[in-house]
Parts: sequence; C-alpha cells; structure tokens
Amino acid sequence: MNAVVNNPVEHFQSEYARLIGELDNDPLRDERKAALERFAATGLPTKKVEAWKYTDVQPIAKRHFNTTQAAPPIDVGQVDAVRFGDLDCHELVFVNGRFNAQLSRLGDTASGISIRSLAAALADSDSGIGARLGHCLGENTHAFTELNTAFLQDGAVIEVARGVQVDKPIVLLYLDTATDTPTACHPRTFVSLGENAAATLVESFAGLDDSSENLTNQVTEIDLADNARLDHYKIVQGGGKNFHIGSINARQARDSRLESHSLALGGNLTRTDINTRLEAEGATVILNGLYMVDGKQHVDHHTRVDHLVPHTNSVETYRGVLNGNSRAVFNGKVYVHRDAQKTDAQQSNANLLLSKTAEVDTKPELEIYADDVKCSHGATVGQLDEDALFYLRSRAIDESTAGSLLTYAFASEVVAQIKLAPIRERLEHIVLDKLPQTEQIGEFV
Amino acid sequence: MATQSHDVEALIKKRYEHGFHTDIETDTVPPGLDEDVICLISNKKHEPDWLLQWRLEAFRAWQKMKTPTWQHIKHAPIDYQAISYYSAPKSKDDAPQSLDEVDPKLLETYEKLGIPLHEQKMLAGVAVDAVFDSVSVATTFKEKLHEAGVIFCSFSEAVQNHPDLVKQYLGSVVPQGDNFFAALNSAVFTDGSFVYIPKGVKCPMELSTYFRINAMNTGQFERTLIVADEGSQVSYLEGCTAPQRDENQLHAAVVELVALDDANIKYSTVQNWYPGDENGVGGIYNFVTKRGDARGNNSRISWTQVETGSAITWKYPSCILRGDNSVGEFYSVAVTSNWQQADTGTKMIHLGKNTKSTIVSKGISAMHGDQAYRGLVRIAPTATNARNYTQCDSLLMGDQCGAHTFPYMEVRNNSAKVEHEATTSKIGEDQLFYCRSRGITEEDAVNMIVNGFCKDVFKELPMEFAVEAQKLLGVTLEGAVG
Amino acid sequence: MLSIKNLHAQVDDTDILKGVDLEIKPGEIHAIMGPNGSGKSTLANVLAGRDDYTVTAGEILFEGQNLADMAPEERACAGLFLAFQYPVEIPGVNNIYLLKAALNAIRKSRGEDALDAVEFMKLVRERMKLVKLNEDLLNRSVNEGFSGGEKKRNEIFQMAVLEPKLAILDETDSGLDIDALKIVAEGVNAMRSPERSMILVTHYQRLLDYIKPDHVHVLADGKIIKSGDEQLAKELEERGYEWVKQEAAAA
Repeated sequence: MNAVVNNPVEHFQSEYARLIGELDNDPLRDERKAALERFAATGLPTKKVEAWKYTDVQPIAKRHFNTTQAAPPIDVGQVDAVRFGDLDCHELVFVNGRFNAQLSRLGDTASGISIRSLAAALADSDSGIGARLGHCLGENTHAFTELNTAFLQDGAVIEVARGVQVDKPIVLLYLDTATDTPTACHPRTFVSLGENAAATLVESFAGLDDSSENLTNQVTEIDLADNARLDHYKIVQGGGKNFHIGSINARQARDSRLESHSLALGGNLTRTDINTRLEAEGATVILNGLYMVDGKQHVDHHTRVDHLVPHTNSVETYRGVLNGNSRAVFNGKVYVHRDAQKTDAQQSNANLLLSKTAEVDTKPELEIYADDVKCSHGATVGQLDEDALFYLRSRAIDESTAGSLLTYAFASEVVAQIKLAPIRERLEHIVLDKLPQTEQIGEFV
Repeated sequence: MATQSHDVEALIKKRYEHGFHTDIETDTVPPGLDEDVICLISNKKHEPDWLLQWRLEAFRAWQKMKTPTWQHIKHAPIDYQAISYYSAPKSKDDAPQSLDEVDPKLLETYEKLGIPLHEQKMLAGVAVDAVFDSVSVATTFKEKLHEAGVIFCSFSEAVQNHPDLVKQYLGSVVPQGDNFFAALNSAVFTDGSFVYIPKGVKCPMELSTYFRINAMNTGQFERTLIVADEGSQVSYLEGCTAPQRDENQLHAAVVELVALDDANIKYSTVQNWYPGDENGVGGIYNFVTKRGDARGNNSRISWTQVETGSAITWKYPSCILRGDNSVGEFYSVAVTSNWQQADTGTKMIHLGKNTKSTIVSKGISAMHGDQAYRGLVRIAPTATNARNYTQCDSLLMGDQCGAHTFPYMEVRNNSAKVEHEATTSKIGEDQLFYCRSRGITEEDAVNMIVNGFCKDVFKELPMEFAVEAQKLLGVTLEGAVG
Repeated sequence: MLSIKNLHAQVDDTDILKGVDLEIKPGEIHAIMGPNGSGKSTLANVLAGRDDYTVTAGEILFEGQNLADMAPEERACAGLFLAFQYPVEIPGVNNIYLLKAALNAIRKSRGEDALDAVEFMKLVRERMKLVKLNEDLLNRSVNEGFSGGEKKRNEIFQMAVLEPKLAILDETDSGLDIDALKIVAEGVNAMRSPERSMILVTHYQRLLDYIKPDHVHVLADGKIIKSGDEQLAKELEERGYEWVKQEAAAA
C-alpha cells in the first residue's frame, strides 16, 4: 500500500506514477503528463468554481480511489439484467472500465465500420488513435477531463467511413461492480463519423452493486463530418453509492446532426457535461435530457452549445423529477459567437419537486454576440398541476395513482423522444418503477 | 427601390444633454484613501464616534477584499488612491439653512437639469433632495412632510437629528462587508438621503433625490436609507446625471430599504449618468448595491429602473422577502449603446411563507453595447407556497452588440412555483416594414417598437418619470386612444 | 393610376421578376394569379417597398410618381396599401394606436388635420362593422394572439380606415374558411369605388367568386404571360396553369 496522502492532487499524482510504471510504449505519454500537470495546477474543483457551484465533489476528493485494482468476475446473468431486452446491436461490455471480450457481443460489422476497444486500438501502432484523442475537447474541459486524459486505459473507438450507415445500434455497456477498496476508472469513447455516415450509439452506465463506491470518470468524443448523423444515448442507472462524472464533447461539421439523450436515473453523484461545437452552417444539435432522483442522490447536467457560424440550430429540452432529499442541478448555456447570425436556439428546463426536502438549482444561460438570432429559454420549477390531479380524482382515480400518472406523463415527454423502441420501453419501465401505484398506471400508458 | 437606411443606430446615438459642467468653488480633499481620510470625512460631518468606528470597520474589511471578477464587464483597474473621496460646494456657512442661502449657481444647475428646487416651481407633489457631488444641497417641501410626520432629509442631517433611527437601521440590510463596493461606500460615504415614514402614514407626495456628479476626479458615494414603518407607504424617485468628461468617474452607492409589517415601498430610478462618448472614452463607473428587506408580514418592495447611462453599470436591486406574504418586484429597462456595458439584474430571496416575486427585465443593446441580465431567485425551505415569475427579454440592434442572460434559480421548497422565460431577438425588420408600410416613419416605427418592448416596465414608473424615461429612449408616448 | 413597365426585381441576388408590365386605371380591380413561386408575392412586396427586394430594371409609376424613389411610409402616404400575406405580430404596440398613428401620418402628408380621439373612434367603429371585427381586438397588441382569420380581417379593417387609392391584397384569401372569406370579400367590395383600384394577388380562383375582377393576369416565372377577364380565372381553375405556360412558350 502507498503511504496515506490526504491531498487529492497528491493522491492522483502517486496513482499516476504507479500507472506509468506499468505502461510500455505508451503513445499518450506526453499528453498524459501535460494533462496531469494541468490537473495539478487547479486540483479538483471547489464550490467557488462557477461550474461546480452546486455540486460538491468533496466525497470524491476524500476517497483515495485505486486506479489499477482488477474487478471481480461477474456472471452473464448480471449483464442480462441490465441489457436492453432483445435489442439487436453491436455490444461492447466493460467491467470497471476495462473491456471484457467474453461478455461482449460485437457481431459482424460491414466494411467501413470499425468498432473496437480503446485498449486494442492503443496497442495497434497503426491505428494512429493516440494522435486523434483529444481532438474534440474544446476549451471548456474541467479537471476531471484532465484526469481522464492522464489515466485513460480503455474505452471504445468507433469509426464509420463516409456514406456508411451502421446497420444496428452500437451499445457500450459500462458495468460497475464493487471492489475491496473504491476504484476509479477513466474510460474514453471516441466516435468519428465520415461524411454522410450515420450511426446510433448507446452508452449505458449500470451499477451492479449498491455497495460500490467506485468512480467512473468517463469522456466521450464525437466528431461528425459533413452531413453525418449520430443519435447518442447516455443512460446512467443503478448503484446507490457510486460516482459518475462524464462529459460528451462534440464537433459538428456542415449539416451534421447530433441528437443527444441523457438519462440520469441512478447513482450517488452523477455529473454529465455536454459540450458541442457547431462549426459549420446547417449543423444541428438536439439535446434531450431526463433526470429522476430520490433519496440523497445528486445529479448535475451542464450543457454548452457553441454556435460558431451562421445558420446553426440547437434545441434543448431537459426535465427533472425530484423526490426524497435529492438535489438536481441544470446549467444550460447557449453561446452565440460574433457573426453567428441566424442562429436558432431554444432551450427549456422543467422540474417537478415531489418532496419537501428536494432541491433544484437551474440556470439556463444565453450569451449572445450576434444580433440576427432567435434565442429563447425557459425554466420552471413546480409541482403537479392541481387542476389535473383534481380532474383525475373526480374520475375516481385515487390520489397516489393520479400523482404517479401525471409524473409519468411529465417524464415521458423526454422518454417519448427516444426512437429505439427496446430502449424506450426499458426506460419507460425504469421510470414507472420509480413511481408508486405503477400497476394501475400501466393501464393508462 | 428607395434607398432605405435601416440605421437604427442613428436613433440610439442620442446626444447626452446633461454633459455641462458647473464652475463652482468646491471644498475637495486630495485624492487618496486611508484611515485619516475617513476620519476627516467623519469629522467634517461632525459625526458621532460610533459612526466613525463603523466606517473604519468597513474600511478594514474593504482592504481585505478583492474587486469582484465574476461580472460580464471589462474595464481597466480602478486606482482607488487616485480618487478624491470628498467634494462639496463651498459655502460660507456649514450648510444652507434655506434655499435662499443655496448658491444660485447650484440652483441654476438643477434648473438646467429640469429639477427646479424652488418649491413654487416644483412639479406638484414631488419633494426633492438634491445631492451635488458628495453633499445634499437642498431638500424641498420639508415643512409639508414634517406635518405628516415624514422625515425626509439628507443623510448628514439624519445623523445629527435622528441618530437613533440611523443607528438602528444603517447596515441592517447591506452590512459593511457585504461586497467590495458596499464596503468602500460604508467607509467613505459622504451623504445621501434618509427617509422615515411613521406607522400608518401614507407619504403625501412622491419623494425624490437628484444626484449630480460635478467635480473632476471625485467619486460619489452616497448612502440612502428608507424605513417604512408598519402600515406606511412611500414612493421614492431617483435621478442621476453627470458632466461629460474624458475620465471615468466612480459612483459606488448603497441603498437600503426596510419595510415593516404591511408597509409598501416603491423605488424608481432613472439613471442617466454620462455614458462616455462614441469611442468609449469617459463615462461613469456605476457600482451600486441596492437591497430591500421586506421584513414585515404583508410588506411590499418594488424596484423600477430605467438604466440608460453610465459607461459601466453593476447593479442588482434586490429583495429579501422575509415577512410572510411579502412581495418583491423588479422592473428594469437597460439600454447599452456605444461602448456601454451593463451587468444588472436582481435577487429575490424568498424566506417567508406565501412570498411572491415578479421580475421583468428588458435589455436593449445597440452598436458595441454589451449587457448581461444576472438574476437569482432563491426559495428557502421555509418559504412555503412561494411564487416567482421572471420575464427577461433582449432586443439587439446592430451586429457588434451583445446580450447575455444568467438566471440562477435555487429552489428548496416543493410548494414553490418558479417560472423563468427569456427571449433574445433582433429588432424585427418585418415589424419595421409593417409600420412603415402604414405610413409611419422609420424613426417613429423604431420608437414604437422599442416603446412596446419596454411597456411592461414603463407602466410601473410614476408619471413624471415615465415621461422622462421615454424621452430618454427617444420614444414618443403612446397615446391613450378611444 | 399604376403603371409598371418592364419590371425586373431580385431577392437575395436571385431574379424573381423578369419583365412585368401592368397598367391599372382608377376604379379597376386586377387579379394576379399564378402558381407558387411565380413571383406574385414578390410583386406585392416590391410595390410596397420591402427592403430585401431590389429593382434591377424597369419602372413603377404611381400617379406619375416614381415609386422606386420612395420609402415604404412615403408610398403609404401617397395612397398605397399592402394587405400582408403574413401580418406580423408586434408585442406591446396597441393595434388601435398603430392605426391612429398611421391615419394621422397619412392625413398630415395630405395637409389635413389630425383626427381627434372622438372623430377617430367614430370612424373606427363605423369601419369595424365592415369586417365584423371584434372590438376587443382593437386594444390588443398588433396581431398578437389573433387567429389567422382575425389577422386578415384586421388587414382589411386597416384598409377601410386608411382609405388607400391603391390596395394590394396579398393572398388575403389563403388560410380562410369560407365564412371568413365571405366577410373579407364583403369588406373589400364595400371599399370599391371609381377612385380606388385594387390588386388581388391570389393562388385560388375562389376569392374571385366574391370579388369580381375587371382584369385577370397570369404571372409565371416572373412575367405576365396571359391576361383576360374573369373568364380566364375560371378557366385556370378548371384546367390549371400548365396550358397557359405551354401557350406562352409556344408564342
């Protein structure tokens, strides 16, 4: 065991020294070192940092996560339980951040489609992946992204050649299982779609054990060429004590379209940053999000859309349902750069507070430096509509069922946007399971 | 095709009408700030020792503080040692006893500004306290107010004549160490207005303070304290101008409002400090802390502001809704053109049950103007059934301007309803064309549209100010028809 | 009254009108019909003086004045009125106030005194009846929250108050149900007079069942390719536009 260190920067530095000692021929050596130095300069964010004003990472700072501890074996039954029913897909399974070939179901891929683990790509000296990682990270990364760059060992690399439509959804199943002492993993997903290519990517983070106190610090990079289309789903669920910090970083070329769905439905502390850069005319991003938290869960979404050039569009819809002592944070920023005329940006965030002790902090931001734009945002915090509740009750539906029904209706506005039926149905179930009196609701929905 | 210059900028390029300078003998202390200067100010004003100590505490707190950097504003660092912290028109006696003793040049200045201090010439029903540089030079209608039991006087007079009230309430809403500029003000404030409305009294007229910065290289640090006792009502107006100078001048005021049970305070501002010229040279740096404490049950505090001036505006008139059923309101129109920058908004802190707040903010940015709305709505766990509605719109004219919206909503009570809506759009070419195709000139059309955009705020202003505000925006009053 | 000669116009550097000729005498009603994208609305907007529409050749004389030299408001003061296809919403600007300001601007340009509130309201109430406009629309913001039919009626109501010499009705019938169409048409017919001319821009013949035109023109690809009387409109309704185009191509 290492000597006990209290300072998180020192801890990560010592873990880093240990990791580097185990890596041979590391194509990322310089990048790792630079990232660790940048991390050391700032340390973990405090609540004085605006982007972390409402999310306290002290619980993470306090724990001394081990970076190299191997995960215990898990059986197929546990994996099946978190799979998306009979979804026909290309699936890579990761356990505590490391690719597990036995559990995965990749299937055949047509020419022009490459799906493999990042570890495999890094080991392949011809892949050139080392030089491409980080390509989509803009200036708005935070200390955890630096940690990811310093420590990343595995993840997924998905490359689709121009004009190719990936036949089936690609599913990355990131499983978290308890270890002797808390471990941290730093997986990276790198997605690159060529001109006119199209794909659907699901990144699902599932906690298998409620006792796990692990940290998943994940980064996704998405590079979309002209007219490429990606439907992206990020689902975080399960695990009562684990931590999830993730970021999705996209660069979008002309007429490309990114549809992002982020569903945060579990975990102790879940933070997702979505940054997308609309770099050429016609680029469009759709951001949908749903968070449902209970108990002492904390969920935080920070999104930022950079409209860099004229004629780009963004539509953002986030909804949250809070119960127990939970807390949710939403910060959506639309940044319209000078000369990005004809930008059309809409944003909305609605929150339903179901308990007396839940808290929501929402901050929809517009920062606009062009004049010929159409931007709007709205945010609401409230309760179930009393008129609607009364109406249902006057039709003989009991109060609890009526409440669940209306809550479900509120959440389903986001869930209904999910195009993949097996995923949508599974999420409907997850949402229903969080509500009382779900048997009766089943009849209505 | 007609040559159509959709030059809305021309409309915004209004000439600053109050840029003249009054040549008057002043008593000005040399630039620089230390404890001696604070003692000197306190001494000149014959202040009791507790107030001097209060100032020194603030000064010591200020020395440990850093200039805030979170605002969306850029300016060269301010050299606080290059500012003179006291400037007063020199007069033979310590203070004029009546208007007859006021220097005629001063009276003339206020006449020019459209604020006649001679009571017979006054707008009926408005009492004025005129603050010239650092000191109050005249307060009108004192007698009439006295009959109603209303105290309306300069802050200096209040310290002498009503020390208990001042001591009780000063700093009770904005403590000395609240923020950098409030701390500075608490250390060096020179004058301002004091208002006390006794229990159950409806103030018989509008009260008004007119601020004028005249001297060079001076900062203006006035302090306003308004206390509305149980069941009382008051409407207070504030206007500001400054001469046109190439140097930036600092204005760091503090306004504290206290509303006890069932009291009602309406505070309106038309801020027209010199904004600097079209090249961004000169203008007032306006760093102001304004806060109202709706301390009593069923109390109400309403802020209305029309911000057209200043090179920099940093100002968040706020309400602490402490009493049950208390109401806070914020209505704002802010215009930034040329190189003006504004970071303005409000905080509504809901603590009491059934508290309600309304925020309506209208921002207009033209040319290189840049402005941010920054607002906080906080619903504390104690604030059962709190309600907030926020509407925040920006109108953009010209492709070099900026408009930003930073609303914070912190909700810790599940019976709360909080709604925020914001839009940003260009002044509509379609709307302009529609009006013009109905025979209305472009300038009038812009006026109409801008006026329509600001209407929700203007209707909150007292009549006299509404007229001034609309003139300031170069808009014509919409006629009541039919 | 209106004389258009060899009019060429562009929108966003694209040629839309490619040589339009049109003569309109006082009291005449001309219908301009044509398929989508033929330039009908462009013509209406060019006449009213919209910004992005550039006249590249030809001339438009309105009562001897060169329209191209006039700002939109000058055209309105001279007696031109465009009933918009898509009337814009102007939040915070009172409908009736806009109208009063418009009327008095036009009166002033004619050297007439402004109407006082009483006279103005008398006129307003009288003209409202023409289009059965609901009184509460008067005090709302311009077109804000109006239904499609209410917007179109509001346009005709404005025309009735402003009494233009030449009214251009751009697709005033589109989006209206038959009852609303009848109301609008009655309003328009009530405004017919030997001094007032009108241009009806429409895609459909049905408006012409209620407002009888003196002349019907077919606009296609930026030119008037056929002119006739109301019989032509009926023929277009039955046979479509293709035959006219072919006929024109052959000629």
